[in-house]
Amino acid sequence: MSGKPAITIKGTKDGLVFLLDDQCDLASLLDELQAKLDKHEQQLSGPLVHVAVKLGARRLGEEDKERIRSAIRRQGNFLVQSFESDLPEVVAEEKPVLRTMTGIVRSGQTVEHDGHLLLLGDVNPGGSIVCTGDIYVMGALRGVAHAGSAGNEKAIIAASLMMPTQLRIAEVISRPPEEWTSAEPLMEYAYLRNGVMELDKLTHLHASRKEVMQFKGV
Amino acid sequence: MGEAIVVTSGKGGVGKTTTSANMGTALALLGRKVCMVDTDIGLRNLDVVMGLENRIVYDLIDVAEGRCRLNQALVKDKRFEELYMLPAAQTKDKHAIAPEQVRKIVEELKPDYDYVIIDCPAGIEHGFDNAVAGADRAVIVTTPENAAVRDADRVIGILEKRGFESPKLIINRIRPNMLKSGDMLEIDDICQVLAIDLIGIVPDDEAVIKGANLGEPTVMNPASRAAIAYRNIARRILGETVPLMQLEEKSGMLGRMKKFLRLG
Repeated sequence: MSGKPAITIKGTKDGLVFLLDDQCDLASLLDELQAKLDKHEQQLSGPLVHVAVKLGARRLGEEDKERIRSAIRRQGNFLVQSFESDLPEVVAEEKPVLRTMTGIVRSGQTVEHDGHLLLLGDVNPGGSIVCTGDIYVMGALRGVAHAGSAGNEKAIIAASLMMPTQLRIAEVISRPPEEWTSAEPLMEYAYLRNGVMELDKLTHLHASRKEVMQFKGV
Repeated sequence: MGEAIVVTSGKGGVGKTTTSANMGTALALLGRKVCMVDTDIGLRNLDVVMGLENRIVYDLIDVAEGRCRLNQALVKDKRFEELYMLPAAQTKDKHAIAPEQVRKIVEELKPDYDYVIIDCPAGIEHGFDNAVAGADRAVIVTTPENAAVRDADRVIGILEKRGFESPKLIINRIRPNMLKSGDMLEIDDICQVLAIDLIGIVPDDEAVIKGANLGEPTVMNPASRAAIAYRNIARRILGETVPLMQLEEKSGMLGRMKKFLRLG
């Protein structure tokens, strides 16, 4: 890390541009950012300055962005307006990982996963699953399931036996049986339609998710 | 080398101490050498249920802190030659002893007994850590109530994480008439949720309360249905295959006659 600074600050007519190095790790980046801002403390008072942060070939989660944002905001008159990354944003969301897990999620236990989760087993009352993608339970879902926890409203929750304490998709929370009841002992899935949680038979899922499938045979 | 079995539940008041006392006594009835250890420090009950309260001289904490030898603290049962109890301290609290100390005491007991039954306090905190520290196997007691089943599930999760292989389940205080009317959780439903082996079902029985007050474990009284249930549990622990008891009250001669006449 010696010599070459990880952060370069440039002035434009719209405000400042922070160019962050994309090779070093995030912690040292934050340290340097802090040091740089502390050093210039006196000069940096005055009218509101807009800041654009360029991340280079680095991708940051909302949490890390917030850390950078608050570090810069601490200067008082700096306001982070945008984060720019050279990497296309969409790629990551298109390919969530499917993780397969075997076991019973018992009361007091939580399974968290970034991506889709396939659980071969039950989720008992008091247990919970939190996923940024879809949740599939091959077993009885009796606890809490939160799909699309990072805000993905297209996420679904499917279970062989749907008897949850609570279902959450993105920001929407639903409580059976006050809001809906499971009609038949069939595999069902929960999804959001216009921001409202609905339940349907799993056999109807393909209608809402038009994926290209290739079947062999006639 | 004996086996240490911890009796636990998470929730309080489901019958851990009663189960420990009756399981221990039933194993002694079957000719095994048994030592029961009460780890509910500050709220000891096992001695009361066993009717041995007035024989206590030293307790678990005294042994842990080296004030007496283990053998001095053991209380011999008044009914059986080969049934002993290590009482908990009543004047201290659970932090007076560390899991490692309990483990050492249980390890010391195991070579001399066929079974060491450890009565666990309610909760999943320090007292629970103490109780499970030295155990080889676990028996989970629950009642057919949602709250008790939920806590049992939590405890099973913790035990599994600590490497206990397949804890066994006892469903206590079942009321057959409530089961029949559908007001009580079904045994099958409980087993489905908890997904561990059932080792016994015990019907709710007034004789249990009466026995506990008298300091006579119910299992001594063969007229009680709960006693039969506990004896069955003891036999299953020994590895016998015993069918689950029928919860329906057996109809007497008169009932059978009535049934017969109606059919005829």
